[in-house]
Amino acid sequence: MENQFFVDSEYLSPAALAKKHRLETDPSSRKNHMEYMPGMEQIESDVCKNVMSQMESYDYNRYTARDVKTAFEHETCTVEDFKALLSPAAEPFLEQMAQRARLETSRHFGNTVYLFTPLYIANYCENYCVYCGFNCYNHINRMKLNMEQIEHEMKVIADSGMEEILILTGESRSKSDVTYIGEACKLARKYFRMVGLEIYPVNTDEYHYLHECGADYVTVFQETYDTDKYETLHLLGHKRVWPYRFDAQERALRAGMRGVAFSALLGLSDFRKDALASALHVYYLQRKYPQAEMSLSCPRLRPIINNDKINPLDVGEKQLCQVLCAYRIFLPYVGITVSSRESADFRNGIVKIAATKVSAGVSTGIGDHESKYTGKEADGDQGDEQFEISDSRSFADMYRDIADEGLQPVLNDYIYV
Amino acid sequence: MDNDKLIIGGHEFHSRFILGSGKYSMRLIEAAVRDAGAEIITLAVRRANTKQQESILDYIPEGVTLLPNTSGARTAEEAVRIARLARELGCGDFVKIEIMRDSKYLLPDNQETVRATEILAKEGFVVMPYMYPDLNVARDLVNAGAAAVMPLASPIGSNKGLASKEFIQILIDEIDLPIIVDAGIGRPSQACEAMEMGAAAIMANTALATAGDLSMMASAFRQAIEAGRKAYLAGLGRVLTRGASASDPLTGFLHD
Repeated sequence: MENQFFVDSEYLSPAALAKKHRLETDPSSRKNHMEYMPGMEQIESDVCKNVMSQMESYDYNRYTARDVKTAFEHETCTVEDFKALLSPAAEPFLEQMAQRARLETSRHFGNTVYLFTPLYIANYCENYCVYCGFNCYNHINRMKLNMEQIEHEMKVIADSGMEEILILTGESRSKSDVTYIGEACKLARKYFRMVGLEIYPVNTDEYHYLHECGADYVTVFQETYDTDKYETLHLLGHKRVWPYRFDAQERALRAGMRGVAFSALLGLSDFRKDALASALHVYYLQRKYPQAEMSLSCPRLRPIINNDKINPLDVGEKQLCQVLCAYRIFLPYVGITVSSRESADFRNGIVKIAATKVSAGVSTGIGDHESKYTGKEADGDQGDEQFEISDSRSFADMYRDIADEGLQPVLNDYIYV
Repeated sequence: MDNDKLIIGGHEFHSRFILGSGKYSMRLIEAAVRDAGAEIITLAVRRANTKQQESILDYIPEGVTLLPNTSGARTAEEAVRIARLARELGCGDFVKIEIMRDSKYLLPDNQETVRATEILAKEGFVVMPYMYPDLNVARDLVNAGAAAVMPLASPIGSNKGLASKEFIQILIDEIDLPIIVDAGIGRPSQACEAMEMGAAAIMANTALATAGDLSMMASAFRQAIEAGRKAYLAGLGRVLTRGASASDPLTGFLHD
């Protein structure tokens, strides 16, 4: 069963509704998603070709238990081994995969788990991505924090003990331009040791500017590597341009960012193919930019405001665990982040196997950290959330729970040079 | 044995075990000092760069020398900046240079390492460069003012032991500075072997961090390193590949 994404808001004008319906039902009314829009930089790169040819030829039903056992026998996991580990044939070997993944994680990261928190500074969005709470047709409370409000939020978060922050915006160049985000980065450098960005993809010179402002890590989720499916989910706006998004990490690295993060949103399309493509995106870029730090996330679809039925379809916790173990065995050196989209139980378990970074004290809304952290009634407006989180543990609770598992919580392992 | 000291940049140490910084936990530091007898503990500056209440610095007992490293540096310039920051943080004058342009294997960049060594030695640092065992580079490091040379035994964190044994032996034979074997030592027996070869000290981390019983493994390393050192000082006997050796000289019949 596919998700039912289309929800009509009573607040939309008849003209807006008509346009929305046309976009949803008539593919010819939508722009070519493989064509760059004016202003979007095009770079020469063979990474995309390499990833896509592997993904297109991946027939996971061809793999057997024997291929999975062969993968276990290899000291270094090859691309073929990885494909076997992602296949349905590997499902009965989940415990064995977890054991191997744990070994690799401990070999490369010891028993450390990094903590961070996201800070949404604006939720305006010009795109119609049908599964996202921020989409331009979803009736939610929109907000953009000013610098004073951003600084206040940062103080509240920094006072909790957090040292790494991930700044997020909705994807609106007009409401949240690059300079606005740059100013937020400059403020963040005052309060945090590590500043990451998860914003709309930008050009190399803009990543360079943001790097100078203090950001050093760029996260861009490709959502799905299945371009045909992507086209049916991202109906309007610059986010619709799939190849510009694909090259975002490479532009960020060329601009001098230390690291980049990747992910597909599992549940949108065929999760095994998307997982393969995500990991190969990392794999090929790492070969080209060996100095870069890389990490993978693994978000699954979550309910949003005005559509509580959205779910990750066939990606259950077991499948998610299989994907994460396969990532770890194939790419033992990359960070793996598990967000508060997943439950506390799942996150407690997965940090012992494969994950190296978790968020804590999370809000996906705008300007509500003080009320969430201290219980104090907010005196100003607040912007609505991007999606419902599942694990609402505070920074202190998360720190304690990780330590109780015998792991070492780490707040910073980073230096801006 | 009592007078057998490890001397680095004019500083004397009795212990020949140095704790690396790769896997990080407070328990590991405790075990390294208490059970492995470590007198030098490496500290990644990027990790000391924290407000974290439970700071690594609180776990370093008095009398233990901090060896800040430049992990996170991708060029000589970045390593120099991190070293200076370490000094500002009050970590002393020791610095271990780590420069990696590869986030997968974390192999050291020898060329950049020589450049950073030269700059930092001139600024009065006691420079201990981590390097890929290459004799020419080791000589360049000596000329650049290094206080020790730290070749890798095998890829960091791999616990694979002395994969570069022949080349480390060449450094031991040809370089007058202490040769400290760093990275890849996974078992006490491997540490012992390196010490028998004449290495001045062993740096390890993952071998302890991933052990079943951290404290027992730390003490096993201490014993292995001491045993290897004693064997080196005692002078190892010959190892014969075939047959026995006549105890009466074969040339005993020669009279003039």
